[in-house]
Amino acid sequence: MEAIVDVVLLSFLVAVVIAIVWMKDLFAVAMLAGIYGLLTASFFVAMDAVDVAFTEASVGAGISTLLMLVVIAKTGRFERPTRHKPLLALLVVVVTGSLLIYGTFDMPYFGSAEAPAQSHVTPRYIDDSFEEVGIPNIVTSVLASYRAFDTFGEVVVIFTAGIGILGLLSGVARREEEVDIDAINETMHEDHMVLRIVAKILIPFILVFALYVQFHGDYGPGGGFQAGVIFAAAIILYSMLFGLDTARQVINQAWVRMIAAIGVLLYGSVGMVSFLNGGNFLDYNVLMEDPIAGQHLGIILIEFGVGLTVTAVMIIIFFNFAGRQVTPKADNNKGV
Amino acid sequence: MFLKRQPKLVWLFSLLATTITFVISVLLLQQVLSSGTIIYELGGWSPPWGIEYRIDQLNAYLLLIISTISTIVLVAAHTSIQKELDTHRQAYFYMLYLLSLAGMLGIVATADAFNVFVFLEISSLSAYALIALGKDRRALWASYQYLIMGTVGATFILIGIGLMYQMTGTLNMNDLASRLPEVAQTRTVFVAFAFTVVGICLKLALFPLHLWLPNAYAYAPSVVTAFFAATATKVAVYLLIRFTFSVFGLSFSFTTLPLQTLFLLLGLLGVFVASIAAIYQNNVKHIFAYSSVAQVGYMIVGLSVGTTLGLSATMIHLFNHALMKSALFLAMAAVMYRIGGMQLSQFNGLGKQMPLTMAAIVVGGLSLVGVPLTVGFISKWYLVLAVIENGWWHVALLILLGSLLAIVYLWKIVEVAYFRSPAHNSEPVKEAPLSILIPVWVLVFANLYFGIDTRLSVEVAQTAAQSLFGITP
Repeated sequence: MEAIVDVVLLSFLVAVVIAIVWMKDLFAVAMLAGIYGLLTASFFVAMDAVDVAFTEASVGAGISTLLMLVVIAKTGRFERPTRHKPLLALLVVVVTGSLLIYGTFDMPYFGSAEAPAQSHVTPRYIDDSFEEVGIPNIVTSVLASYRAFDTFGEVVVIFTAGIGILGLLSGVARREEEVDIDAINETMHEDHMVLRIVAKILIPFILVFALYVQFHGDYGPGGGFQAGVIFAAAIILYSMLFGLDTARQVINQAWVRMIAAIGVLLYGSVGMVSFLNGGNFLDYNVLMEDPIAGQHLGIILIEFGVGLTVTAVMIIIFFNFAGRQVTPKADNNKGV
Repeated sequence: MFLKRQPKLVWLFSLLATTITFVISVLLLQQVLSSGTIIYELGGWSPPWGIEYRIDQLNAYLLLIISTISTIVLVAAHTSIQKELDTHRQAYFYMLYLLSLAGMLGIVATADAFNVFVFLEISSLSAYALIALGKDRRALWASYQYLIMGTVGATFILIGIGLMYQMTGTLNMNDLASRLPEVAQTRTVFVAFAFTVVGICLKLALFPLHLWLPNAYAYAPSVVTAFFAATATKVAVYLLIRFTFSVFGLSFSFTTLPLQTLFLLLGLLGVFVASIAAIYQNNVKHIFAYSSVAQVGYMIVGLSVGTTLGLSATMIHLFNHALMKSALFLAMAAVMYRIGGMQLSQFNGLGKQMPLTMAAIVVGGLSLVGVPLTVGFISKWYLVLAVIENGWWHVALLILLGSLLAIVYLWKIVEVAYFRSPAHNSEPVKEAPLSILIPVWVLVFANLYFGIDTRLSVEVAQTAAQSLFGITP
């Protein structure tokens, strides 16, 4: 049964990818990319990696599709015909692909209990994490405690992306004050009554769900990354349907920038507090008298930091892309 | 926000941060040299379950190079950036600069393969943004090319790390080194190795994967070029050394793939192709960018020798090349500040108008060529020694020939700057402001000082090389 599910999902994946390469309509490509994300997420579920699946669903099928749509709205819907034939690129892809396949020949079987990935480091996570960290979701223990420093790095990566976007796209004039900001789609929020009403009903639930994912990450799949992305998706959805200026009245951009930094700072501060309490950087055991309580506190705080930064950066990316005025000069350069 | 209008405060804060890293790395190097490897378990979890920092001589040496250069470059940044960037972007510039620095330091300090990837992402993402900040519109395109190539490189490294994890079940470098030999004969490990090396070589701009580098360096803001030319490729060379020598081990690295021949060939080809390309450039930043590709070639030749002497030659060159290129590109920032362009024709008569800046470029250039009493000579000397020790006379000859090519492109600049008079209708150009000149000349003096007193560069490099080969001094 599982094999059938795998085969079906994988063949869908292949079909979607071929369609993405083939099609010239970028709107359809963006939609297919969303479907690709969803299929990958389902595939991860079939592999019992629910946390990864959750991330993939919210990022691959959620926010990245939204961002792609924004870009398409800003640039153009159809791919320009290319003049050159990218034969070298094809060759590189073929070589890379065959090398990857060649590499699979000696791999341990999927799910094999003897596989090194299952037998070396993992047993401690599975057997001892509940005693050492005290939360039922092993994935969260690994991400937020055993390998918390990696997660810290990931948050900084996202923060860097936000700063990069701000550095490159933020304009001199405060365009936010101007009335005639071109929303992504001026007509959309007047014509699509049904969409607007459905969205109005849905958005509160999406926000609540995001909070659930945020604070339930210790017990079930989820955590700061997914929650942040879902929270931001709700806000982006709102802005897309009701126009950027309406959204700007609710969301103060200066605050959003501040929140992006506060999230990273919160994460780093937890590390520094454990440092000052005599432990190593990010050692939550020393946060409180009881090490397990310390672990709980540390994980909740850092997950909150992750959620803040991810939400804020996603909103920053969206607003800075969507809020850009297309100047005639930029138009001329588009085709180059 | 308030800080947006006060870039000077942001600059001072960044300077404080880099200075502290500099002081810490000096202390770290001292401690490592006196009491051996320092291990720090992040989160209090012992490796391989948690992540550890492991600072040995090689790491401490690299940390020192990176933090020193970044501090000196940052001193000059305020003046140069004021001219090259809009006020509201300057605060972001410093943030990205610090993030990029943090990423590079992290890559070097960590002993966890996946952690390397995370920090690689931080440093690369900020690098793309920093390069795209360049005034020239072509900076965007250059940054985009770098983004694509860099992402391919990072993905390859990630694939390599993933496959390694699959075969060993660990991400810790030390643990990997002890567990990889068991599975060394599998095709999966072979593929993991191939992906890791190719990915790193993309980041390294090893010929023929160097195509992103010249434009990225040429169109980035001047101080960014000075910073990256001196540090970014060094970090990639470090990764290559770490993975080939420590993680996979020399015997595996040099037998599984014909890596020795490959490195030697690509290194030498890189030296020649890039040097010749440099000769034909009309943009001075392009000239030195191509020369960076050539210099990477020398480092890779040093690695291909596969002996302690070869490895230490590479590491000495890491140090020395960082000094040369930061001096040269920072001097270029001074020129950019005054004349606003980098075309050779704009250098007409600059020798008289900006004597100190041009003198810095000449000394830096001589160091690049490898004239005695400069650091470049020390690099070439040890490289040639290492090659001859292996009996590769012809390679030694080619290395010297490569230096001659460096003279040719240096001469092009000297000729315009000193033997042509400036265009008559142009306004007189003043010498660069002291805030840039002082850091430039600090670096130039470093070029001369470490060309004579080689205790720091050579001895640390040698002990680091010996420890990588498992010889305890």
